[in-house]
Amino acid sequence: MNEAPIIIGAGPAGIRAAQTLVKYGVRPIILDEGIRWGGQIYRQQPENFKRTNEQLYGFDAKKSEELSTAFARLIDKADYRPESLVWNIEQTRLDIFHSGRSTTLNWKSLIVASGATDRILPFPGWTLPGIFAMGATQVALKYQACAIGEKVILAGTGPLLYLVAYQYVKAGANVLAVLDTAHLSDQIKALPGLMNQPKQLARGMYYVGWLMTKGIKVRRGIRIVRAEGQHRLCALVIQNERGDQETLECDAVGVGYALRSETQIADMLGCEFKFDSLQRAHIPVKDVAGRSSLKGVYLAGDGAGIMGADAAELSGERSALALLIDQGVCHDISKSTLSRIKQIERGLQRIGRFRVGLETAFPCPNDWIQKMSGDTIVCRCEEITFGEIRDAISESDIREVNRLKAFSRVGMGRCQGRMCGQSAAEILAHFSKQALSEVGRLRGQPPLKPVPAHVLAEAWVPTLKGTE
Amino acid sequence: MSSPNTFDVIVVGGGIVGSSAALKLRKFGLSVCLLERNTCGSSSSGINYGGVRRQGRSLAQMPFTQRAHSIWGRLKEVIGINGEYQRAGHLKLALSEADMESLARYRDCTAEFGLDLELLSGTQLRARYPWLGGRAVGGSLCPEDGHANPRLISPAFARAAAREGAKILEHSPALGFNFDGKHFQVKVASQSAPLSSKYLLNCAGAWANTLCETFGEKVPMINSHPLMVVTDALPAFMSLSLGVEGGGMYVRQVSRGNCVLGGSQGYSLDANRARPGAEGIELILKGALELLPNLRNAQVVRTWSGVEGHLPDREPIVSYSATTPGLVHGFGFAGAGFQIGPAVGEVLAEMIAQGQTSTPINAFSINRFLS
Repeated sequence: MNEAPIIIGAGPAGIRAAQTLVKYGVRPIILDEGIRWGGQIYRQQPENFKRTNEQLYGFDAKKSEELSTAFARLIDKADYRPESLVWNIEQTRLDIFHSGRSTTLNWKSLIVASGATDRILPFPGWTLPGIFAMGATQVALKYQACAIGEKVILAGTGPLLYLVAYQYVKAGANVLAVLDTAHLSDQIKALPGLMNQPKQLARGMYYVGWLMTKGIKVRRGIRIVRAEGQHRLCALVIQNERGDQETLECDAVGVGYALRSETQIADMLGCEFKFDSLQRAHIPVKDVAGRSSLKGVYLAGDGAGIMGADAAELSGERSALALLIDQGVCHDISKSTLSRIKQIERGLQRIGRFRVGLETAFPCPNDWIQKMSGDTIVCRCEEITFGEIRDAISESDIREVNRLKAFSRVGMGRCQGRMCGQSAAEILAHFSKQALSEVGRLRGQPPLKPVPAHVLAEAWVPTLKGTE
Repeated sequence: MSSPNTFDVIVVGGGIVGSSAALKLRKFGLSVCLLERNTCGSSSSGINYGGVRRQGRSLAQMPFTQRAHSIWGRLKEVIGINGEYQRAGHLKLALSEADMESLARYRDCTAEFGLDLELLSGTQLRARYPWLGGRAVGGSLCPEDGHANPRLISPAFARAAAREGAKILEHSPALGFNFDGKHFQVKVASQSAPLSSKYLLNCAGAWANTLCETFGEKVPMINSHPLMVVTDALPAFMSLSLGVEGGGMYVRQVSRGNCVLGGSQGYSLDANRARPGAEGIELILKGALELLPNLRNAQVVRTWSGVEGHLPDREPIVSYSATTPGLVHGFGFAGAGFQIGPAVGEVLAEMIAQGQTSTPINAFSINRFLS
């Protein structure tokens, strides 16, 4: 191999990919937006914070320690570049924003392990200060050792809801209630699928039981109606199990409806996408080994479909092996490598079945559109309301999501639709009476995340400037 | 015209020119079908910078641009929306004394058209516009020029035409054209039977040459890919649209506060799509930060590009066909068709409905490229 493979992302997928390449004598370049490795799930605390791994990661302490140590060991065998944002891709060229300036790298092979963010569903009042996405709720604790408020409600659905509740209570935070939009019957229905990962299932049940013994109210089958407050949150109004409205006083709400893949790098590369009905989103296509539709581009971890951290580790390793085989680095594949590949693929299949079970246990409440009020903000960057989107769709007979963006400005702001794009697509599908798969997906453009103007203006000739 | 597939006029291209022609043709009482390969106003008409500017146009375009100016003054009445149109002024900056002289010459030779250009010295500029950096030596202000949102306005012309009874077929590229001596037959992707018409109007922008070639009058079209950069919303500091003598740099601030900057080129992804590249973005920002130092720490949140077509002299073709009776062309606006588009549409409609137009079009004849 003439040029080092580049790994984007140093979460569980990126770390295992790097470790695998290093094991075969290849020195990868690792680009990561984070200050330190670990990704979102194993995000490390600031260096002067002294909580133990057990305090930080609970049951996953050992896993996180193994991963972190593995990475610490390979740092001098790799070109690790933290705080590096890939903001543009032009064919084989990557433009990277790092430490106040932009530089360029060319890739010959690329492992994209871009991870996930929260799936955000808007509700009246959701932009009030005091309301956090579930991922941010967890990050506040994991990174800064603080809770999001003094009277916290955790709401939404998905396994993260219970994990965060457990972590908050364990850390001494005041959690008033855990509100799940799913029903207990959903969770019972999902048992056969969930049995594919008995350990994970047991752990989930343990969290729920533990929360109950601590006197935390765990309520199922609820819907968020609205958040109330003048300048910041003071109460959450819900529709309870019996269909009645209830007002719950609180000063903070963590809300999450599982995760969504960060796909904009695969999009800018030009990878083929297909609609995934489980995730209700367009996902880059990959084979079992992580090969994308483009030669030399491999996809690993949650960025190519939400599978969780354990699957991310496996798919990171698998994609690196695919890269090594495709590039001829391991031309005679040893028996042990072959059996490892089989083992990984079996593991991924099992987690895939578990994942289907999770979706059954914690279905995303797709009735949210029916309950929306016209003045609810959907796109918070551009402050575009549900009503404005609905009216644009009907007035201009819009059927495609980029057209909706052009007419309504939804997704035009700082987040470029990473937060509101999915809601906008759901709203468009609903009012144009099309399937979600038919309304398309937002086109990516540089910069993938905001970059200061002066950085882009001075990007490519920093040395020339001095000689002028 | 009895058959549902037969029209007086088929318009090819749903940009601002084709759509406003369709609208005006309906006002003349002619039946119209407009074919658009994608969605109306989604190509050059929708992805341009949004300058609504007369200043800087060639003398030949003056009658068009003045005619358009009066349509823009009645915009809401014509298309039903205001589309963020503001007559906030267009300030063209001179970066050298030579450029300043050229702005003065331009003022003199356009005096009869009533642009009301006001020349400003460097000192006057900075007194009036304190946010301007030190680079400009002077400028020329056209107080009644301005800017608007092309994404909203260009499609609104098509909707206005539809309300007047024009048949608008989107996602309907024309696949083939034939002229039997009396009528045109057009094969359309979305239609089982060919459409037929007495007149064919070519407003296909960057794709217009396919039609020209079919009728034996191919022109030397060049495609380019204008690139725009958008900052996060900033406190309002500038309502006018800013340009530079000689072109190559333009900036406006929309009412929401975002600055839209243009002036370089993106790169082609395929025949229908283009994307901004890092070097094009750099070029725009290098120029913009010299003029507007206050943008230095603004976050760039998005960029866009697209495809537009122009001819070597950067003047459009607004012309009867040289080969085929009933065929009329209106294309090649070199990314500067947004302001004059509504007037060109009216002129094209007059050329068909009345066989002549009061606006001089000789400079834009297709004959200038045919040997």
